[in-house]
Amino acid sequence: MANQETSSAARNYQELVKKKRPGKPVLKNLIYAFVVGGAISVVGQGIQWGFMQYGMSAKDATSPTTVVLIGLGALFTGLGWYDQLVKRGGMGGTLPITGFANAMVAPAMEFRSEGLILGVGAKLFTVAGPVLVYGLSAAFVVGLIRFLITGVA
Amino acid sequence: MAARKIGPGTYQMSRVGIKSTAAIVGPKEGEGPLRTYFDEVWESETHQQKSVERAERMLLEDTMNLAVEKAGCRWPEIDLVLGGDLLDQIVSTNFVARRHQRPLLGLFSACAVFTEALGLGGLLVADHEPTTVAVGAVSHHMAAERQFRFPVELGYQRTPTAAWTATAAGAVVVGPAEVGHVVIDGVTFGRVVDWGSKDPNDMGSAMAPAAFDTIKQHLVATGEGINDYDAIFTGDLGVLGVNLLQALGNKEGLHFDDRLNDCGKSLYYLKEQDVHNGASGPGCSASVFAGYLHHRLLSGEWRRLLLVATGALFSPTTYQQGESIPCIAHAVSLGRPEAKLS
Repeated sequence: MANQETSSAARNYQELVKKKRPGKPVLKNLIYAFVVGGAISVVGQGIQWGFMQYGMSAKDATSPTTVVLIGLGALFTGLGWYDQLVKRGGMGGTLPITGFANAMVAPAMEFRSEGLILGVGAKLFTVAGPVLVYGLSAAFVVGLIRFLITGVA
Repeated sequence: MAARKIGPGTYQMSRVGIKSTAAIVGPKEGEGPLRTYFDEVWESETHQQKSVERAERMLLEDTMNLAVEKAGCRWPEIDLVLGGDLLDQIVSTNFVARRHQRPLLGLFSACAVFTEALGLGGLLVADHEPTTVAVGAVSHHMAAERQFRFPVELGYQRTPTAAWTATAAGAVVVGPAEVGHVVIDGVTFGRVVDWGSKDPNDMGSAMAPAAFDTIKQHLVATGEGINDYDAIFTGDLGVLGVNLLQALGNKEGLHFDDRLNDCGKSLYYLKEQDVHNGASGPGCSASVFAGYLHHRLLSGEWRRLLLVATGALFSPTTYQQGESIPCIAHAVSLGRPEAKLS
């Protein structure tokens, strides 16, 4: 009996919480994400063109561009700027490769205090780990489907 | 001096006084509206320590040393130390105790630990022995982030209901009341309330029912009403939690109106300092009480205060496993110094 009362009070309460909880500023977040993500992409494009000035093809320039962006993401994380960027830009900052760099460097900095093996070594992938696991899994499945349909490995 | 049980978790006590308080906070807390009430504001979060855990320890140690000093005591005169923090195995409280070498009761009730310790300390003093106890609670923003959330430098967006764990410590020395002491006259130890909230980024709404339960129990047991208090301060319900507590009260005819406030809402300029729902952490209620609230009582501006620290008793493992968040609140009632002790 007491339990029933509690559970109905709890249900009513959760309804109340839903009503009172402030909503996320979705439109503002979307605009910021577009601007931040777009800006990072523009920078990336600029870097790629820069490499192409030195005679690389667009495809050849992709790898060094990625390396430079990862370097910048790591640098900005180290300087304590990247988290400020993502705070505003959300997925616009997380999704580009610079966000991946942030996800690797932040734990590396954080867990330095527990040493190189049990700290940095063990915790380096705590954030990026799930992305890698499911990213690689998805790539494998998609690759398999592509192979089954087109016969191209 | 004596303590008397007057309700399921409520005890009345007489002639228990606060001999001294001390509060030290981090730089962000020092930029908030209460900055002038704190004894010291750190210039950096890490305070030249090689880890944030060490910084948290040092914050607690410095604050407790200061409280003992302000009480006019030396450590050997402290009969018992009570307190807690947020870190696993309450390491800050335990590690500080290897320095002061006094008998220790390390407590855990997350962010509710300050009033748990203060109420328990008061009860022990009320029953004559021990006669002098030191109570302390601490939290450190970066240490809490890495234990409960993400690495500090990882970019992510906080939700509007997220709380900001305060880098702050508060300590109090409790003893037999003397003229000029703020007195502790009652305590209600709360029970665990879980109304099914699961979002660790919204602890205010998880904890509000626990705060309401404890306040209600306290008022029923003491026969008091809200108007018997100049202020009722919850620990870290934040903006949303306080709104919900108001709503829960209104539903049952307990109108808090503007007597209800929250330490977490008071520690920062919420908008300008971008802390969303407000401050949280054991150090939040401890420092706001030791710095600001105690001052309001001591100066006589307030006659009585009910301090209700609130704690969310979950761990990263339990929320990852989809469990709801059990919460607790402990209430301590305090009065301004009396000209003559009865």
